[in-house]
Amino acid sequence: MSAGSQTGREAAGGLRIAVRLPLPGLSLEVDLRLPGSGVTAIFGPSGAGKSTLLRIVAGLERRALGVVALAGEVWQGGGRSAFVPTHRRGVGYVFQEGALFPHLTVRGNLEYGLARTPPPRRRVPVDRAVEWLGLGGLLDRRPQRLSGGERQRVAVARALLCGPRLLLLDEPLASLDATGKAAILPWLERLHRELSVPVLYVTHALEEVLRLADRVVLLEAGRVVATGPVTELASRLQGVALVADDEVAAVADGRVEGMDAGGDLTLLRVAGASLRLPRVKGAQPGERRRVRVLARDVSLALAPPGRTSILNVLPATVVEVAGADTPSPLVTVDVGGTRLLARISRHSLRELGLAPGQAVFAQIKGVALL
Amino acid sequence: MRLDPAPLLLTLQLATVTTVVLLLLGTPLAWWLARTRSRWRPPIEAVVALPLVLPPTVLGFYLLVGLAPQGPVGGVWQRLGGPPLVFSFGGLVIGSVLYSLPFVVQPLQAAFAAVGRLPLEAAATLGAGPVDRFRTVALPLAGRGFLTATVLGFAHTVGEFGVVLMIGGNIPGRTRVASIAIFDHVEALEYGQAHALSLTLLAFSFAVLLLVYATRRRPAAGE
Repeated sequence: MSAGSQTGREAAGGLRIAVRLPLPGLSLEVDLRLPGSGVTAIFGPSGAGKSTLLRIVAGLERRALGVVALAGEVWQGGGRSAFVPTHRRGVGYVFQEGALFPHLTVRGNLEYGLARTPPPRRRVPVDRAVEWLGLGGLLDRRPQRLSGGERQRVAVARALLCGPRLLLLDEPLASLDATGKAAILPWLERLHRELSVPVLYVTHALEEVLRLADRVVLLEAGRVVATGPVTELASRLQGVALVADDEVAAVADGRVEGMDAGGDLTLLRVAGASLRLPRVKGAQPGERRRVRVLARDVSLALAPPGRTSILNVLPATVVEVAGADTPSPLVTVDVGGTRLLARISRHSLRELGLAPGQAVFAQIKGVALL
Repeated sequence: MRLDPAPLLLTLQLATVTTVVLLLLGTPLAWWLARTRSRWRPPIEAVVALPLVLPPTVLGFYLLVGLAPQGPVGGVWQRLGGPPLVFSFGGLVIGSVLYSLPFVVQPLQAAFAAVGRLPLEAAATLGAGPVDRFRTVALPLAGRGFLTATVLGFAHTVGEFGVVLMIGGNIPGRTRVASIAIFDHVEALEYGQAHALSLTLLAFSFAVLLLVYATRRRPAAGE
């Protein structure tokens, strides 16, 4: 593969994956450059090759051809001679079912990786990992006596204690029921906020992408079909995930500005606008938060409405009209850099004569924090 | 009724040496068989299983032919200055190792296969190299298989007859193990001695198997 010659010019910290792996039933061929920070979701239907891609990055698929390099350090570069084995790559890996060692206690599992990590690379102290992931009462238990969610938290802590340069999470929530998922998501969000390790997060659950990821790589049948910030790709991801029409939403990242004068509303600065939300408890000014705006909660008007109970009315420009022939077309509008979706009726589309480039006012009935 | 201890002691000695050799050879072989995708796996598995179906006399016959001073292996061995292989304790060990091979390799292979790739891959991502992974993950998780392999390999060697008769003959104190001594006593109509030896073997075998099954029902360590 010709990509080998390009690795020398990688930006510091970046992850380069240019690999090919022909398998029966799936031919994986991927060419990616990812920044060396933040959470990148690898999203796609089952069988798209997401887990295989993650295994290649970890060095668990020796037959993969091509280049894998992190921060300019080449892990494999085409020839077999240059293959850095998994145990020397310094990646943390959380498997779908946790893969805890059944013959060791939780403490033994945590110490297994720690004992094999040279002291300078240990960045997370044990008691901090234990506290972060709420493992205090579990240390002397065997994995067989943990719930699914507890097992995954131990697996995450075990991976973190090795001071990984890259954290790979392979559908860490897939084996959990809804309660288990709800219990572990906040822990993962906390890791995202407090830890600077770059993360590759494999999932086929859109909700996890929207809540946890900064960027997304959309994988289908072994090929990358789209990659970019989650906020930009949100509507496309929802198409892939076959989200129900009335659940389609836009996603935007913002920073908390503070409260309004009355103290009832929280102000969130997104690109091109300031959104007003019902008071968010515990929101600190400057904090990054992500919001979801359902397309059915956005209506469009040609003139600014008069006095209204709607909290957010923003000037916008029509970018695209999808499904103009369907009973309920979906209109994409741009508010100074933030994309919103509006589900309107075909009747209104004709009545207002909406077309790309047109100036409108977007009235937003509801904004939900993710 | 007098119990001659010599054949019993020789049997125990042979079974012990054979079991140690089998564990040393069988562990890497079973590990390879459990993990390889090589096209050589099926023929090698078949060879390992041969002693299960062959009459022991067939195995013993070929060993006798091969290991004799005029035979292909025995000839080379003797030119290299080795002691005679047939009608000797060394020959008994070689024969017993081959004869009991499946009883050690198969439980180990099954145990290693049951460990699966996942714990070993997890260990690799935690910084453990291949030898480290084998020692700290594969061995403890396959511990049960090692107990089974050791007991079966030992017990099966204690019980062999045909192979040792062919390759070892019947030299008192050197190759006359318990099973052959029993046959001799019966031939000579010394039923008392035959009973003594037979009962000892019966009690021993039962005790060993009882040990295996008694520990098998116990849940995994530490639970």
